[in-house]
Amino acid sequence: MIQTRNLSLYYAKNPILTDIDLSFRSSGVTSIIGPNGAGKSSLLSLVCRLQAPTSGDVTLNGESIHKLDNLQLAKKLAILRQENHIVSRLSVADLVCFGRFPYHQGRPAKEDLEQIDWAISLLELNEFKNRYISELSGGQRQRAFIAMVLAQQTDYLFLDEPLNNLDMKHSVNVMKTLRKAADEMQKSVVLVMHDINFAASYSDEIIAMKAGQIVHQKSPEDLMHDDILSDIYDMPLKVENVQGKRMCLYYL
Amino acid sequence: MPKKIIMSIYYSITALRKRLTPACRLLLAAVCALLVVIVFMSINVKASWEFTLTFRGKKLITFLLVAFCISTATLLFQSLSNNRIITPAIMGFDSLYILVQTSLVYVLGSMQYTALNSYLKWVIEISILVIAASYLFQWLFIKKHYNLYLLILIGVVCGVFFHSISALMMRMLDPTEFSVLQDSLFASFNAAQSELLIVSIVALSAIGIFLYRYHHYFDVLALGKPMATNLGVNHSAMTRVCIIVITTLIGLSTALVGPVTFFGLLVVNVAYIVCGSHYHRYLIPMSILCAIILLVGGDVLLQHVLGYDTKLSIIIEFIGGVFFICLILRKKI
Repeated sequence: MIQTRNLSLYYAKNPILTDIDLSFRSSGVTSIIGPNGAGKSSLLSLVCRLQAPTSGDVTLNGESIHKLDNLQLAKKLAILRQENHIVSRLSVADLVCFGRFPYHQGRPAKEDLEQIDWAISLLELNEFKNRYISELSGGQRQRAFIAMVLAQQTDYLFLDEPLNNLDMKHSVNVMKTLRKAADEMQKSVVLVMHDINFAASYSDEIIAMKAGQIVHQKSPEDLMHDDILSDIYDMPLKVENVQGKRMCLYYL
Repeated sequence: MPKKIIMSIYYSITALRKRLTPACRLLLAAVCALLVVIVFMSINVKASWEFTLTFRGKKLITFLLVAFCISTATLLFQSLSNNRIITPAIMGFDSLYILVQTSLVYVLGSMQYTALNSYLKWVIEISILVIAASYLFQWLFIKKHYNLYLLILIGVVCGVFFHSISALMMRMLDPTEFSVLQDSLFASFNAAQSELLIVSIVALSAIGIFLYRYHHYFDVLALGKPMATNLGVNHSAMTRVCIIVITTLIGLSTALVGPVTFFGLLVVNVAYIVCGSHYHRYLIPMSILCAIILLVGGDVLLQHVLGYDTKLSIIIEFIGGVFFICLILRKKI
């Protein structure tokens, strides 16, 4: 289980995150929602040791992640950030191969190659396998990055807005894939989501953030209520029943 | 009709390019480098063979060492900073080295400076350089996250700053002391000191082993800090080690032949184009080979075709500078 204790982050004197005590479940899908600037991405960066917190600590099964061996940790948790800029000319297969780096250290074995093929076909990237990343569309590139972190085969998978740039079909496919990874391989998938309905339909738990703090950590059924959502997003919102699911129609 | 021929040549070249694996390309480059070296050693021998071989051999070793230093330093630096346009030289590493040397003469005085054991002198200079550069560039790369153009600007300003301080110190030196300093500063490809060659070979062997052991880490570092951390590489520790290696390499090459600004940029970017792979196990040897071909080949051309009308470094800097401007204009960084 991943836990945070009194986690805070300040830029100069501005609080980004304040006193976050949170535990991420060890399997299942968790979505983090909240308005822009709530600190969702920062939280993810801190939990995945991409950034050092101003104060507080993150623990994996009771041990501080800053004390754990880097390579071992890379086999336990993986993160995909919102923006990924790569200078090298890499093909999709090369990129996904990097996901196996914690295991193969630059010399992919047969098992690594199998995992790479598995991740590539899971995200329907077979026809782009040998294309350069820079020659792909935004959505294809996003899928390639998701394939990379999936190939990393970690217990915890943190994805910052995985549906960025994806069309409807691929959004649904990616969510189904992640759901399957959580159900069949007992992974814990943590997503930063903007589309609240996607979050509600596929998550076991939703964490709502506002102004650098956690305001709710609930099941989707308990969270999807007019007053709760309106309070999180500071706008009047209505939740309706659509085909037995609670949906928030915020488009109008 | 000629258009057709050009097109068919173009297509056959692209077909050929696809068939060449990175290992093949490396082999080709190695053969070219070997040929250039053989030509360098054997063309136009007028004095006795013994004299020619020792004379040119020493020069060749200097070329090889410098090729190794500059290309590797630039390549590592670019992988570390995730861009293909700034180089240690543009960031002012070698002006820093000159500053270190000048202040050493300034503080110690020429008597002590020349009396110093040349190995000890080298160790002192390199350690000061490594410490200074580590602090400066770690601050730039680890603590702050500036964009590329600001980095170039900071580098250029730093370079000029170090240069001006050295110039000021040089003016305040006694003329005799200045001539001692000038002797060690105006090193050239023709007049490297033998002791320095030995030190360089030892240091480079150590660095070579480091590169061999860690080449796969550089592939991951080139993906950027978040990605590298995610894949289990301790980015800040690796950055520290790399900056020490880079500074040592630059210190070595500056000690051997003086500052060379654009050569590294030229060689490494040519290597990116001809290498056909982004893996450092190919990129490192390829850029070294490119550097050897360019340096040794350039010297052969200069010596036997152009008759030493100009200096090798001037030509290389000219081509490299033009290349740098092209890179910036094309924005293919």
